[in-house]
Amino acid sequence: MDTKYTLQMKNIHKVYFNNKVLNGVNINVKPGEIHALLGENGAGKSTLMNILFGMPVIHATGGFEGDVYINGQLVNVKSPKEAMKLGIGMVHQEFMLIPGFTITENIKLNRETTKHNLISRLLGSSLKTLDKRSMESDARRSLDTLGLEISEKAKVSGLPVGHMQFIEIAREIDKRNIKLLVFDEPTAVLTESEADNLLKSMKKLASTGIAILFITHRLDEVMDTADNITILRDGEVVATKKKEETNVSELALLMVGRKIERNVPSENRKSSEDSEDIMTLKNLRVSMPGEEVKGINLSIKKGEILGIGGLAGQGKIGIANGIMGLYPTRGEVYLKGKKLKLNDPKTMIQNGIGFVSEDRRGIGLLLDSSIQLNIVLTAMQMQNKFLHKIGPITQINNGKVKRHAIKMINNLDVRCQGPQQLTRRLSGGNQQKVCIARALTLEPDILFISEPTRGIDVGAKKLILDLLYKLNKELGMTIVMTSSELGELRSICNRIAIISEGKLEGILSPFDSDVDFGLMMAGEYHKFHKEEA
Amino acid sequence: MANVNKLKNKINNNTNFGEKIKDVVMNNIVTIIFVVLCLIGIKLSGLPIFFVANELVTRISRNSFLVLALIIPVLAGMGLNFSIVVGAMAGQIAIIAVTHWGITGLPGFLLCAVIAFPFAVLFGYLTGKLLNKTKGQEMITSMIVGYFANGVYQLVFLFLVGTIIPMKNNVLMLSSGVGIRNTIDLSGGVKETGIKYALDQILKLPIFYVLIAFSILAILYNIFKLTNRRGIVNRREKQNKSKDSFKYIVNMSMFAILLILSIVIVAGNTPLKNIQLPVVTVIVIGVLCLFNILIVKTKLGQEFRTVGQDKHIAKVAGINVDRIRVLAIVISTVLAAWGQLIFLQNIGTLNTYGSHEQIGMFSIAALLIGGASVSKATVGQAILGTALFHTLFIVSPLAGKNLFGDAQIGEFFRAFVVYGVIGVSLGLHAWKNRAELKRKLKIE
Repeated sequence: MDTKYTLQMKNIHKVYFNNKVLNGVNINVKPGEIHALLGENGAGKSTLMNILFGMPVIHATGGFEGDVYINGQLVNVKSPKEAMKLGIGMVHQEFMLIPGFTITENIKLNRETTKHNLISRLLGSSLKTLDKRSMESDARRSLDTLGLEISEKAKVSGLPVGHMQFIEIAREIDKRNIKLLVFDEPTAVLTESEADNLLKSMKKLASTGIAILFITHRLDEVMDTADNITILRDGEVVATKKKEETNVSELALLMVGRKIERNVPSENRKSSEDSEDIMTLKNLRVSMPGEEVKGINLSIKKGEILGIGGLAGQGKIGIANGIMGLYPTRGEVYLKGKKLKLNDPKTMIQNGIGFVSEDRRGIGLLLDSSIQLNIVLTAMQMQNKFLHKIGPITQINNGKVKRHAIKMINNLDVRCQGPQQLTRRLSGGNQQKVCIARALTLEPDILFISEPTRGIDVGAKKLILDLLYKLNKELGMTIVMTSSELGELRSICNRIAIISEGKLEGILSPFDSDVDFGLMMAGEYHKFHKEEA
Repeated sequence: MANVNKLKNKINNNTNFGEKIKDVVMNNIVTIIFVVLCLIGIKLSGLPIFFVANELVTRISRNSFLVLALIIPVLAGMGLNFSIVVGAMAGQIAIIAVTHWGITGLPGFLLCAVIAFPFAVLFGYLTGKLLNKTKGQEMITSMIVGYFANGVYQLVFLFLVGTIIPMKNNVLMLSSGVGIRNTIDLSGGVKETGIKYALDQILKLPIFYVLIAFSILAILYNIFKLTNRRGIVNRREKQNKSKDSFKYIVNMSMFAILLILSIVIVAGNTPLKNIQLPVVTVIVIGVLCLFNILIVKTKLGQEFRTVGQDKHIAKVAGINVDRIRVLAIVISTVLAAWGQLIFLQNIGTLNTYGSHEQIGMFSIAALLIGGASVSKATVGQAILGTALFHTLFIVSPLAGKNLFGDAQIGEFFRAFVVYGVIGVSLGLHAWKNRAELKRKLKIE
């Protein structure tokens, strides 16, 4: 075989339970190349990676057809450990870090440097002493390569999300023989600035001759970073393109196979400044770790979609969480002129405030419960709906629950096998719809929704945004949407509030210039305009 | 990042002295409650200090090994290993065999340790395999394993010995020729028949003389460490070193206090100075302590810790999680078997069908009283817990009698303490986790 490729996968077929998930996939990656792998959820990206890493799930389901070559050698990877030996590393989407360990211990996880002691000479190498000093200097070197200036002795538990990703990468490059590094949606949980740093590091790594396979949803990142792009759809390679020969809209088109409307319904989106206030925040302070809010004054107008934007870590996420009482909060919140009791989720829910959390899988859903239970749970607990009442005893009214769930599933177009399906089995977009359905069941006046499209593929993203727009237009529901993606805020909001360093930097119209948005996000808006004046 | 740092600074600034004290109290609440209970108990019982101290030395040397056997499974994230009962059975199987063969004293004891080893490895392996099938419910599973194994043990020694397993011994066996007697005397009157005091009696010295020698050695070691610190390169290391030297000085002053106290007791000619210490047993326990401490610093120990922190990540990192977990249980079981040998050589009688039964509960209660939890246990906690637990055992009958006029109430109290402390500790563990989380969030 050709040795000029680090990785070649030839004609890969894989069948899961009579279901063809990969059908003749070919992929070639050269040393020092950044190769992007694009595809919607379920396109077969994960299966392909599982094959590459020899995950047990592949062998347990009858193996695969096709050949994998590493540096021109035909290999048969039977376990992740073998993949590691061959020099294939993976930077995982969810972090494989142990919070209670130091950065060094995490980087050197199961690859600790050891030295002999008296007993290990007698009883074998597993009793060798750890060589802390050399482990720390190795870790330091990897961190330096990535330009990360935190102490290698710090514990991982207190670090911000952005740093954790880098520690994962540091772990991979600490493996001396690393030839191929797979990044599985590395920027999904990062802010734009963190993602920029990451992409820079990827380029730096590639320039040292490491081949990089980059799995992502974000097309602009692909255009920014990748040399070549392979697009998967329904288990087949739709196209392999050089970056120079393509553009974002073509990639999006190839990926979903239908024309994406990037244009937004701009008609009927007048400014909501002159509507009456429905909720007023006065000097709101929330101590949410990593997203602290330091005194925000803001009024939310009736019937608008208010966007809350800003870089991660600036406090935009903290606002909704604080109002809902999930983190200690001070200040004043008025709903239609009435002062609300803070730090009490129950008050908020009973006053008609709905909330969809940014942490969908963590606190948004009961993953091992059915869709219907997830949808009615809050209403059942807080408003005593969907219950049979027999004296002081209450029982779930299953018929009513099911009818309601089916109605919601139809209205929101949740793709599922039925209301009894466990939410864990749903895709990200459909899980998000279940979260929204739960909030809607409470019949809220105001809906707070945070990061509604995080970790959702392009097609589903648009559905979610359309849904929010529809709720606002047809039911007149006031929506406060917090999002890291400026584009989606600008696509449906009436006004966009930008948060910087825990304070309100300013409010913009979605049609204001990119420059204004950029300046506000960076917290430079007022400074800049003052100088101008 | 900047935000997080600011946040942390705030926490540090706001933690004043009062809060720190509150922290210390909160983190050691179980231990503090039991120290208070012990002091009250000693006062109420009216027992002379000499008696309490003497009993305590005996009981600590008798029981600590078993308590220490619990630490590694905690490290590996498997919680409190109730199945050390199974290890104790392995120890007893060896004792019955060795007593039957008539090998006594130290050779008998050592032979017991050798014979118990393969049994304990086998039992530990099987238990470990089962616990791997029931991840997340290790504690309740290991408890049930103990009960189940007890049934098998009874079957073997009541019905199979003398029928399927050929054995003839008038002293050990029931008169029918089938089954082992309920109690086996390990010392045996005029002529020695068992392993009683095999370890304890090798060398006995007055405890306070030993303490004097020990504290002098410890002080010398600390002085050596303090002065022998050349080759400091950069600033960060210097800072670490100054932290270290503070530690050495604290250690030194503690041992100095111990030294002075011991000298006062010896010079003051109090009856306390006559308390005897079974030196070899204590050394064996010391070696196990050292083993538990040192293993953390090895590759294997790091694997235990990794598995204990997160099984999934450990697996992805290429650690054979199941193997590590089995190994943790095997080590624990073997240690428990040897611990039971130490326990029985001190007691001097083997209660064939009872000696092992309470081992799990009592050892775990002792460990928890020392301040350990389901997820964290240290050698110090094990020893401290054993001391407190047994102080309560010594004083509670008399305290009960003096307080309520009935020794039985003290006995009830003992039983109450064992089960109560396990329940309370498990509850406190969960509650403290929640409180910690809340406090972390409440920054201002």
